Amino acid sequence: MGVEGIGARVARKEDKRFLTGKGRYTDDMSVPGMKYAIFVRSPHAHAKIKSIDATAAKAMPGVIDVLDGKQLTADGIGNLICGWMIHSKDGSPMKMGAWRPLADETVRYVGDAVAVVVADSVNEARDAAEAVIVDYDPLPVVTDPVKALADGQPQLHPEAPNNLIFDWELGDAAATDAAIAAAAHVTEVKILNNRLSPNAMEPRAALGIYDSGDDHYTCYTTSQNPHVARLVMSAFYNVAPENKLRVIAPDVGGGFGSKIYIYPEEIVCLWASKRTGVPVKWTCDRTEAFLTDAHGRDHVSTVKMAFDSSNKITALKVDTIANLGAYMSLFSSCVPTYLYATLLSGQYDIPAIHANVRTVYTNTAPVDAYRGAGRPEATYLLERTMETAARELGLSPAELRRINFIRSFPHQTPVIMNYDAGDYEASLKAAMAAADWDGFTARKAEAERRGMKRGIGMSCYIEACGLAPSSAVGSLGAGVGLWESAEVRVNAVGTIEVMTGSHSHGQGHETTFAQLVADRFGVPIDSVNIVHGDTDKVQMGMGTYGSRSGAVGMSAVVKALDKVEAKAKKIAAHLMEADESDIVIENGELKVAGTDKSVPWFQMALAAYTAHNLPAGMEPGLKEGAFYDPSNFTFPAGCYICEVEVDPDTGQTEIVQFVAADDFGNIINPMIVEGQVHGGLAQGIGQALLEGVHYDPDTGQLLTASYQDYAMPRADNLPSFKVSTSNTPCPNNPLGVKGCGEAGAIGSPPALINAITDAIGNNALTMPATPEKVWAAAHAAN
Amino acid sequence: MYQTNYHRPSSIQEAVKLMSGAAEGKYLAGGMTLIATMKQRLAAASDLVDLRHIAEMKGITVNGRSVRIGAATTHHEVESSAELKAVCPAVCALASHIGDPHVRHMGTIGGSIANNDPAADYPAAMLALDAKIVTNSREIAAADFFTGLFETALHDGEIITAIAFDAPARAAYQKFPNPASRYAMAGVFVARRDNGDVRVAVTGAGSNGVFRHQGMEAALAGNWSPDAVGNVSVDASDLLTDLHASAAYRANLIKVMTKRAVAAA
Ligand SMILES: Cc1cc2nc3c(=O)[nH]c(=O)nc-3n(C[C@H](O)[C@H](O)[C@H](O)COP(=O)(O)OP(=O)(O)OC[C@H]3O[C@@H](n4cnc5c(N)ncnc54)[C@H](O)[C@@H]3O)c2cc1C
Repeated sequence: MGVEGIGARVARKEDKRFLTGKGRYTDDMSVPGMKYAIFVRSPHAHAKIKSIDATAAKAMPGVIDVLDGKQLTADGIGNLICGWMIHSKDGSPMKMGAWRPLADETVRYVGDAVAVVVADSVNEARDAAEAVIVDYDPLPVVTDPVKALADGQPQLHPEAPNNLIFDWELGDAAATDAAIAAAAHVTEVKILNNRLSPNAMEPRAALGIYDSGDDHYTCYTTSQNPHVARLVMSAFYNVAPENKLRVIAPDVGGGFGSKIYIYPEEIVCLWASKRTGVPVKWTCDRTEAFLTDAHGRDHVSTVKMAFDSSNKITALKVDTIANLGAYMSLFSSCVPTYLYATLLSGQYDIPAIHANVRTVYTNTAPVDAYRGAGRPEATYLLERTMETAARELGLSPAELRRINFIRSFPHQTPVIMNYDAGDYEASLKAAMAAADWDGFTARKAEAERRGMKRGIGMSCYIEACGLAPSSAVGSLGAGVGLWESAEVRVNAVGTIEVMTGSHSHGQGHETTFAQLVADRFGVPIDSVNIVHGDTDKVQMGMGTYGSRSGAVGMSAVVKALDKVEAKAKKIAAHLMEADESDIVIENGELKVAGTDKSVPWFQMALAAYTAHNLPAGMEPGLKEGAFYDPSNFTFPAGCYICEVEVDPDTGQTEIVQFVAADDFGNIINPMIVEGQVHGGLAQGIGQALLEGVHYDPDTGQLLTASYQDYAMPRADNLPSFKVSTSNTPCPNNPLGVKGCGEAGAIGSPPALINAITDAIGNNALTMPATPEKVWAAAHAAN
Repeated sequence: MYQTNYHRPSSIQEAVKLMSGAAEGKYLAGGMTLIATMKQRLAAASDLVDLRHIAEMKGITVNGRSVRIGAATTHHEVESSAELKAVCPAVCALASHIGDPHVRHMGTIGGSIANNDPAADYPAAMLALDAKIVTNSREIAAADFFTGLFETALHDGEIITAIAFDAPARAAYQKFPNPASRYAMAGVFVARRDNGDVRVAVTGAGSNGVFRHQGMEAALAGNWSPDAVGNVSVDASDLLTDLHASAAYRANLIKVMTKRAVAAA
């Protein structure tokens, strides 16, 4: 592997600038003449806009202009769209209600933007925003997705009667029902998956710069996929054609999915820059982020799992209602469908599965992908159900899982996915050993003597990463292909730039992608630069989400490296008058195998550019590009075990041990992988123990609009994690990698809830398991 | 934040004078509450009169068992005062659990008491310790000082200069933090004097702010032991219900925290 190659624990190159405050985020960008935008937002969850009077605001000091939705509509700026078409089971397309970047007639959630003030300073813009008089006619409100489907409830969009967006199904209903009817045992549970706020450390921001000389726009924005942002803004929102729009996502401080989407603010900043003639910058404040960042999860499900007399699962039936909020965000439709129901087989051999999913509009912020996106929902549902079943059947949780594990690969599930590789028993064994599962009884007895209730719980998760074969997702409704691109540019002195369509917003690509190059050519990692996040510098790319940068983004780099290597060998062979097939690359040199002849890497590169002595017909230069379209998803999997102690007097839960045994395929940088697992676990534990978005059901006001009320996990909520990996390489990509970015958030919530319910002897507990809920459930059990 | 004028007086008189000349002035101590409120535009002070640079308002003096803490003393100074720890460690421990290190190095005891957040920690200590709130013009008994949610007996322009109390024989504070804000969801300060007098003050739970629990006090005066708390009933009807906890759960927490405080005292 070498000290900087594949598999090495290379310290993150990007951390120097992040840790010394030298990162360059969108809000750090400053251009001459730049002004500041503040949005006027609806204080109502549902209302008609009767009128907007900005006369007083426009006359205030420093104000350049106040713009509203009517002007935006008049200028032909399009609706925000959802880019994944889902059809209901009756064949009708999903009901996409109009989402205006600035609401011109109706507001549908608290925080919906209605106007924008551009002023010399943020404070002056705020002052003026307070002076914009919006006359609202409030309408009745619905925030609960189950209630929203009922007759007689407030209607959000005329296109969607009963607020139903689609009623979709996957799997064989008849076979599933028949298996349930014939079952020896059926476990039934109701599963709630709580709504979460993404809380990236860096709030969203946008800087729109219109250059009237070239009729050209530049947009700095906090995006996980700047090329997709450019595509959507030009193709659907009519901001500008692609060649007239440059999108730059510089350093981005965390996304977790919430920065995939194109939000109203970046469109409005670009449009406002043209309208006002000045560059316009907007930076979200934290309360605005709570109000307007796309939330995650929010499912209500009922589950039936059928078993035969030997405790083998014969069928799984799931009915889910998913709250998508007031508007359909960019990928909102695929999260509770193809990223969710396709994973309902988990690690188990289940002959029949049927899932029905209804998605619903409510007067709440839009809901879209959040770390894990659909897969945490599937895993939580399945693993809570398995635990419940084990308790009902009187089996140990490990035994029930073992009986049902898939053991041969490839494995075709009844819900589309074809698992290519895995060894679930191996992760289970590793996790149980690391957790000293067998010693639990003694630990529980010891805790009992201290008056504490100790519990243990496990979760065996699988996820689908490496999104995704383009033709496959196209056939399922995706509006884009999910390949990735790379370009490797060897400079004349041998240093190397890699342009990637993947985007790093915390993942460490500047290090791991460079490790691939160092590994291949034996050049120092410091001679390799990873370039990403700028549509002018990087060829078209699809960005980073769904743990796809390793499996797809790196595969594209590998393809480009293959081409560079081939050409480099040709040049070296020519220089040394050797046969191309005898050339090997080692430690920064191109050698003729079995001889002492060699050419240093830089000399070969220089030869490519001087072009004085190249093989006949060869083009000068050394730069190669590649597009990589995966042939399948990848399937990371693992087993997590959580041990807790609950204080029965207060319901306070302490996580005393957390073990994660993952199979991520081959690993490029174990240190970065561990970091990803730690972060994912913190987020999953946050969901299970602490986090939850609450709206007032009558008014639609967001009750958790600051950290005073929205509980984030902190260091002292978490134990020191025990993480390990046991790898079955992915057979479907050149590096054998699977992806590790979301696993922690996917696998941990059910392990934690299974542990708490084990401790208190009451299976009825919802996330987040707040002290009061745990206390009440513990008392109800006694 | 709205425009404001900042002043830095070096004496109490100067501060009072500056305040009387201001249109909508506010005293500024650690700013941990006030600045955040101003940034959210929920407060619009025309003038800020900073109290942190007035020598006579800073520091802790302990004379025998009599304690005086200057109003501009930070939570960190209280937490780490050896003199105070020697006579009343419960107050140091309380201060050590306020917010985080940044907050404790900026926030002051005077600011906390003047603000009287219903979930703040110090008000419980003041009430249980029978403290005197010393101002530039008078002394106010803690029992008369905390008058409601974010309400105190302070007049316009009045400055808390210090708080004073006699250290009790035994005292302890137990706090059950709100999982989000980590302010008290229920915090109980117990104090017992040599003459047998017991005070139990509760913060974070009352629908009208900090209060003394007479039932607990009576039970503990008769039998100073955690067991004495078991049979005391806590009426949930005067307690807060919010997003984080119901009144019934808070009633339970009051009992548990009282028990634990007595055990720790
Ligand atoms: C993240 C965070 C966590 C926190 N956690 C806790 C916690 O767990 N427990 C807790 O109790 N508190 C907590 N606090 C609040 C903290 O203790 C503050 O320090 C306190 O509430 C206000 O004190 P200050 O000195 O910062 O006052 P400031 O914010 O400067 O002032 C608060 C108010 O008091 C007035 N005032 C200040 N000093 C005087 C004076 N001497 N005389 C008259 N009026 C005065 C001001 O005019 C203002 O109205 C937290 C705060 C933060 C930001």
